[in-house]
Amino acid sequence: MSLQRKKFRYLGESLIEGNIKATASLAIVVIFLILFFILRESLPIFFNPEVQQEITFRHFFSGIQWQPVSDNPRFSLWPIILGSLKVTLIALLFAVPVAVAAALYSSEFAGGRLKELIKPGVELLAGIPSVVLGFFALVVMASFLKDLFGWQIRLNAINAGLALGFAVIPAIYSLAEDAINAVPKSFREAALGLGATPWQSATKVVLPAALPGVSAAVLFGMGRAVGETMVVLMAAGNAPLFSFNPLESTRTMTATIAAELGEVVFGSGHYHALFFIGLVLFAVTFAINLASHALFEGLMTRLYGARK
Amino acid sequence: MKLKTIIFWTSLALVAILTCSFVMAGKAITLKGSDTLLLLGQRWAELYMQKNPGVVIQVTGGGSGVGIAALINGSTDICQASRSMKDSEKKKLRERYFNLGTEIPVAKDGVTIYINEKNPIEEMTLDQIRDIYTGKTTNWFQLGGPDAKIIVYGRENSSGTYVFFREAALKNADYTSSMQSLPGTAAVVNAVAKDRFGIGYGGAAYAKGVKEVAIKTAQGSFRPNAETVKSGQYPLARDLYWYVRGKPSGEIKKLIDWALSPEGQQVVAKVGYFTVK
Repeated sequence: MSLQRKKFRYLGESLIEGNIKATASLAIVVIFLILFFILRESLPIFFNPEVQQEITFRHFFSGIQWQPVSDNPRFSLWPIILGSLKVTLIALLFAVPVAVAAALYSSEFAGGRLKELIKPGVELLAGIPSVVLGFFALVVMASFLKDLFGWQIRLNAINAGLALGFAVIPAIYSLAEDAINAVPKSFREAALGLGATPWQSATKVVLPAALPGVSAAVLFGMGRAVGETMVVLMAAGNAPLFSFNPLESTRTMTATIAAELGEVVFGSGHYHALFFIGLVLFAVTFAINLASHALFEGLMTRLYGARK
Repeated sequence: MKLKTIIFWTSLALVAILTCSFVMAGKAITLKGSDTLLLLGQRWAELYMQKNPGVVIQVTGGGSGVGIAALINGSTDICQASRSMKDSEKKKLRERYFNLGTEIPVAKDGVTIYINEKNPIEEMTLDQIRDIYTGKTTNWFQLGGPDAKIIVYGRENSSGTYVFFREAALKNADYTSSMQSLPGTAAVVNAVAKDRFGIGYGGAAYAKGVKEVAIKTAQGSFRPNAETVKSGQYPLARDLYWYVRGKPSGEIKKLIDWALSPEGQQVVAKVGYFTVK
């Protein structure tokens, strides 16, 4: 190979390398641009006097009413923050036991054939568009639950939470399953060798050993649940009530943005308020992801010692 | 390899031709705005394009607010709106184009109160409706119905119907916080059809499987139909508008004149709204 050709090859390779680097950093740049955009659109609440006549930061945390279209508009975030938390909690209470148990079963107990059926089955659930889940909850599940339990209000937080649970089960399942599978085989062999039954080995050895990954999966599912929009928009009834009762209908932050942004007067106080909700949501999901990472690292250190 | 190249160039050429033909047919008239008027706008466009080959009309929804914003930005020729323009929007239009635009009522819509078919109540006064939606009346018993909580359904605050109902029925009072806001009139009708003690509101054209409540006024009680809406006896009726920048002219004027002609208004009745003439 002549020197000339070698040079060309290096040039070509560095070109390719540069391309890959650029593509990778593009993702980060885009995220920062989005954050910048949300910030820019919500900042007028703090600095623009014209907007401040309609709404200031104080409005978000005083009172308990979200009534943006009114002669006397009120922009309290409490009812919709509570709504998001309520629905997320219900979704997790339903989804976490189901998803973790399914993951434990399919990786520890299920035979080859069954295992090959469960995994794609759950992953198929992930392929259902959330609008379809929401529609199902709105039309079928709400009436069914209402008749079954004699609830007064069809579209309530439990209905939405269950539907949301279906949406996050696949995410939690597949992460939890990976974590459980990653537990070294020697752990199981040691447990069984000491006379533990398969059940004892699974619940007392494998699951605790996989705890870092499983709890990261749960928090990841929580992040998904907080950010999910279509399901709650359709199934929760969207009444901005400040109420802890799960049988009342409820409105989440995501549903508020989705429902109201389409028609809001561009540049009005209400418009900027919706972007501020977006900012709050961003902060919440970011915090959850951060917590998930910290928990994972912390538990790993506790279980397996500090990693070099 | 060769085949791939051929496919590539052919598809590129196709795309180019398609783009060109769109650009050449650039006389397209665009209609944008209210979802309430979307269906009507599409029917009008279909019929008008059949009758006038060579004219292209594009109709999109998004909501009255979106349509008005597009009219101000200049990205649509005609804005369809289920509410009249707000002062702030008129101001923006004037700042850009030095005129207030033209408002053309093209159809009328009666906002109907829906209740479940099993509900024995037949009629209500406007005051009773107002009390239900502001949260003062919470039990059907207070209206002479069964002893059960009233489940209040409504639309999202982005909907033109929400704004109109608030003005016409609630006299600008606030909706109760416990009103469940559903995405779309069809969802409201569905919820009321399934909920024995529910109440909802929306366009008359959507009332399938639910009972329409007659509204009791000093003159008698009226259900929304062509006569009572046109005569103004039914109190919850509204105009649906088209907005254009400045005075309509050329192709746009022809379209507007046709929509208001007997032929155009026939489409209005067919879609389920009420005629203006």
